Amino acid sequence: MSALRFRVLPSPYEQATIDHRRRKRNKSLMIALFTLPGMTIFILFVIVPIIQSAYFSLYDWNGFGPPTDYVALGNYDRLLNHSIFQTAVANSFIIMSLSLLVQLPLAMSLALMVGRGHLRGKKLFRTILFVPYVFSEVITAIIWRSVLSPDPGALLNTVLAAVVPNFQPIGWLADRNTVVMVLFAVLTWKYFGFHMILYMAGLQGIPADLEDAARVDGATGAEVLRFITLPLLGSTIRLTIFLSVLGSFQQFVLAWVLTNQGGPANASQLIATYLYKYGIQQTKLGYGSAVAVVFFLITLAFSLGYQRLVMRQDTATGRQ
Amino acid sequence: MEKGLFQRAQNLFRYVILIALCLVIMAPIATAVLGSIRTTGEFISTPFGLPQRGIQWQNYTDILISPMFWNSLKNSLIITIGVTALNILLGSMLAFVFSRVIFRGRGLLFNILMIGLLFPLVVAILPIFIQVRQLGLINSMFGVILPLVAFGLPGTVIILRTFFASIPGELEDAAYIDGATTFGFFRFILLPLARPALLAVATLQVIASWNEYFLPLIVLVDDSLWPLPLGIMQFQGQYGTDYARIMAYVTLLIIPAVVFYLFAEKYIVTGLTGGELKG
Repeated sequence: MSALRFRVLPSPYEQATIDHRRRKRNKSLMIALFTLPGMTIFILFVIVPIIQSAYFSLYDWNGFGPPTDYVALGNYDRLLNHSIFQTAVANSFIIMSLSLLVQLPLAMSLALMVGRGHLRGKKLFRTILFVPYVFSEVITAIIWRSVLSPDPGALLNTVLAAVVPNFQPIGWLADRNTVVMVLFAVLTWKYFGFHMILYMAGLQGIPADLEDAARVDGATGAEVLRFITLPLLGSTIRLTIFLSVLGSFQQFVLAWVLTNQGGPANASQLIATYLYKYGIQQTKLGYGSAVAVVFFLITLAFSLGYQRLVMRQDTATGRQ
Repeated sequence: MEKGLFQRAQNLFRYVILIALCLVIMAPIATAVLGSIRTTGEFISTPFGLPQRGIQWQNYTDILISPMFWNSLKNSLIITIGVTALNILLGSMLAFVFSRVIFRGRGLLFNILMIGLLFPLVVAILPIFIQVRQLGLINSMFGVILPLVAFGLPGTVIILRTFFASIPGELEDAAYIDGATTFGFFRFILLPLARPALLAVATLQVIASWNEYFLPLIVLVDDSLWPLPLGIMQFQGQYGTDYARIMAYVTLLIIPAVVFYLFAEKYIVTGLTGGELKG
């Protein structure tokens, strides 16, 4: 007869504790497995570089070997007094203001036109107006360089010659007084569809009965827009303002290629193109880090301020 | 009657404006495509007009037989697939933990991640360059892919977290009662349910990484590693004013972008609107 082996089974209470511990250990392991890879990459490539740049910005450093030539705030001093940097910051702010004053209202009017009511071909219009958003900025810049070229046969000069009497071909990107406006026009061509799509999506969320009810009560079209539609689009409008400001500040590729590296004579330099030209191309990494820090501070001040003051009500509902 | 007339006038006005704007959008694209099948001489003399000397197919064939083009295409695919796959994988794992698992330090981790929303990639480009160099990733595809993933993660997590949080808790309880592990629930129930959100996020990542120019420009020194946006700049540098060939290259890059867009339009809209609104 084989020996009987008894395993002492844990009491239900003990079993529950064991299960609980095991589950707890499993849970910690699971949390680690799920968060570590993503957070590691994020911290390594976002957080660490940002912190490091504050340190490097205090050195005159060409990037070879460790930084040794400590200059305190010398880089910042040179930077803030560099006239091309001042132009770059001013240009970035011009692009930003124009985006808010021209691009967003344009996008909103179109969304109101295409986004609601019965209009045959509505979907087709929407698709066409959004197309430039999916093009790469390099492609956009190359196409527009040819459109804006000084040749009499270039698209814009040809169109204007057909409309304006005695028109002389213009080198659109060669005039330092207008180059920023031209850049803004191209940016609008590429990005207003993006804002339009956001507004259209927002409009879909507004129940039609609400506006109908107001109309029945005798509100004019303008009143409905002013007191019903726009307030209900509030969170979308606040979001597009945020994205538009950040988007204006981070313009690089389109400006760089379109204006041939911020030309003519640095007249169309933006913060990001300045950073590339004077920090990375000339491998002045200490100086470039100072530019990056100023760039961070401008973005950070805006982002935090805006989110605290303006977008608070939207964040509360889980919307970024 | 009165109202009908007003309505019709209003609609006419809307059509005029919309058609004018569509022309403004399409005209530059049309000249590029038209330019690609004509000679450079024809392109310079008039923006529109049919090819007088026959369709210039060799503008295209010259590009299509060059190994550089195919090599750039390969590099673009490596970057795009690498970034999108990693972003979705890591982003969905983070979003899962942030939306459905409660633990100490979760809020802190989440807030750290959200710092990323304050800094676009371009703003941090020089610090990233220094970090990529310190890690020895200059001239490596990982030096492009990993920072793009890192900067894409916050947006992905925000969109997916909202979606994951909307899936009822009863479903999770039921899965556990049926013996599913946490991972099992995540992999076999949550992810399949979240397909529309995952596709929206993936679509945005594909567009962003396919078009990325700045990061490859500073990280990839060796031109055999360059993706298409750098490839076309190099091509433009070589052919200078030979617009016809350059427009052929442009058209070759526009076509897949437009085709992709037509298929993925509704996912783009869902993604851009934070997964809350459907196109």
